[in-house]
Amino acid sequence: MVKTMTQLMTEDGIRCDGRRLDELRNISIKVGVLKNADGSAYIEFGKNKILAGVFGPRDVHPKHMANPDSGILRCRYHMSPFSVTERKNPAPSRREIEISKVIKEALQPAVILKDYPRTVIDVFIEVLQADGGSRCAALDAAAVALADAGIPMRDLVSACAAGKVADRIVLDVNNEEDQEGQADMPVALMPNMGKITLLQLDGMLKPEEFKTCMQTALVGCKRVYEVQRKALMEKYFQNGEQ
Amino acid sequence: MMDVKRRYVIPGDVIATGPLRPEQNVYQDGDRMISTCVGISEIFENSVKVIPLTGGYMPKSNDLVIGKVIGTSPLSWEFDINSCFVGFLPAQDVFGRDYSPTKDELKQRLDIGDLVATRIANFDRSRDPLLTVQDRDLGKIDSGELVTISPSKVPRLIGKRGSMIQTIEMATKAIITIGQNGWIVISCEDSEGLLKAVEAVKMIDALAHTPNLTERVKSMLGVPDGENNDTIND
Repeated sequence: MVKTMTQLMTEDGIRCDGRRLDELRNISIKVGVLKNADGSAYIEFGKNKILAGVFGPRDVHPKHMANPDSGILRCRYHMSPFSVTERKNPAPSRREIEISKVIKEALQPAVILKDYPRTVIDVFIEVLQADGGSRCAALDAAAVALADAGIPMRDLVSACAAGKVADRIVLDVNNEEDQEGQADMPVALMPNMGKITLLQLDGMLKPEEFKTCMQTALVGCKRVYEVQRKALMEKYFQNGEQ
Repeated sequence: MMDVKRRYVIPGDVIATGPLRPEQNVYQDGDRMISTCVGISEIFENSVKVIPLTGGYMPKSNDLVIGKVIGTSPLSWEFDINSCFVGFLPAQDVFGRDYSPTKDELKQRLDIGDLVATRIANFDRSRDPLLTVQDRDLGKIDSGELVTISPSKVPRLIGKRGSMIQTIEMATKAIITIGQNGWIVISCEDSEGLLKAVEAVKMIDALAHTPNLTERVKSMLGVPDGENNDTIND
C-alpha cells in the first residue's frame, strides 16, 4: 500500500503525471465538429478524447415514449472498442448503461424540455479514448453540444471530479489515480445557478474530507466552465467579446 | 430613438436583473434574466430578449413557411416544414368545402416532393401545426432554387423593414420567397442573377452575427453604397 502511494504522489504533492494537487489536466473543446448532427462538440480532457452529438428536437420513436406535456431527453454513452488498452466489447455494458443514465439526469435540470412537447432530444456520446474521469468529460462535451444545437437551457453543465489519493484531496483524478487511489467523486454543476446536478462517490471519505473534496471539485467545475464558454464564444463570435 | 444594449451571450448568462419582462429565449430566475441560448441579447426599456444564432424552427401562427409534401392521408397532406413537428394541410383547404375522398384524388393537386408556400393557420402545444394555402402568394411553387439557411437567421436575411431582401432582389432581379422555417426559394430568369442571389443568401447565413452586413452584401453584389446602414435586427 505504501509503495503504491509513493508512486502516485511525491512527498511535496506532485502527482504521477506531474500535476499539483489542485491542477486540472489540459482541456480543449471544439464546437460543431459533426455536420450531420444538429449540435456537436469534441473534447480532449487530458488523454480523454470524446465526441458528443445532439439530434433534435425530433419525433419520438417508439411513439409510446412520447410525453404530451414535455419533450424527453435520451442519452447514450458509449465507449469505442479501441478506447481502452484491451479491446472493449462494443455492446453496451452495465457501466455504460449506468453512465448514460447519470449523464441524462445531470443534463435534465438544465434543459428546458417544456417547450417541445411530444418530441425527443437525443444525445450521443462516443468515447474515442478513455483515461479516467470520462463521465465528467462526456458531460462537459454534451452540454456544449446541446447549446450548439440551440436547445433552450437554463445554464450549461460543467463537470469535474475530485478524489483522495495517497491520503490527500486532489482535483481531476486520472485513470491511474482512479485505479489505485482511495476515493473518486465526480461532480456536475450548473455554474451560474450554483446547483449541483451530479454527485457520485466511489470510495470512502471522512466528513471533513468530503467537504474539502466538494470544494475542490466545484472549483474545478468553474474552471471547466470557462473553457466551455470560450469554445462556444469562439464558434459563434470568433472570440469577439462585444 | 430607444437605447438598446446588445451583448453576446451563451446559455446561463445573466443578461440583466430587475423588474423586466422576459421575452424570446429568456428565462426568469427570481429577478435575474437568464439567456437560454447562444445569441445576442437585447435589453429594452422594460423587456429583455435574445436573438438566437442557432436552433431549429418552432412553428408560430401566421408564419409563412415553405413546406415539402411528405405524405398524404385521405383527408390531408403532411408537410415537412423543417421543424420537429409535421405540418397538416387539410384537403378542404385546396379542393373547397365539397371535397370528397371518393371523388377527388389528393395527389392530382399536390404530390409527394412538391414544394408549397403555406401559412401556419393554427399551432399550439397539443396539436401539430395546421397549414393553409388560402391567401395571396400561397400555393404550389413550380420553379426556383431552394436554399436552406438556419431559421434563426431569417430575420437577418429580411433586414430592417425588408431592407436586406430588397437590396438583393433589386441587384439581381430575382424573386425571393422566404419561409420563416429557413427554406428559401429563389427564382430568376437570368441564371447569373440567380447564382448571385443564392450566394448572397448563403453569405448572410454564414455572417449573420457580424455588423455592417448590408454593406458587405452590397459590395458583393456590386451595388454602390447607400445611406441605409442596417444594424443587427430582429
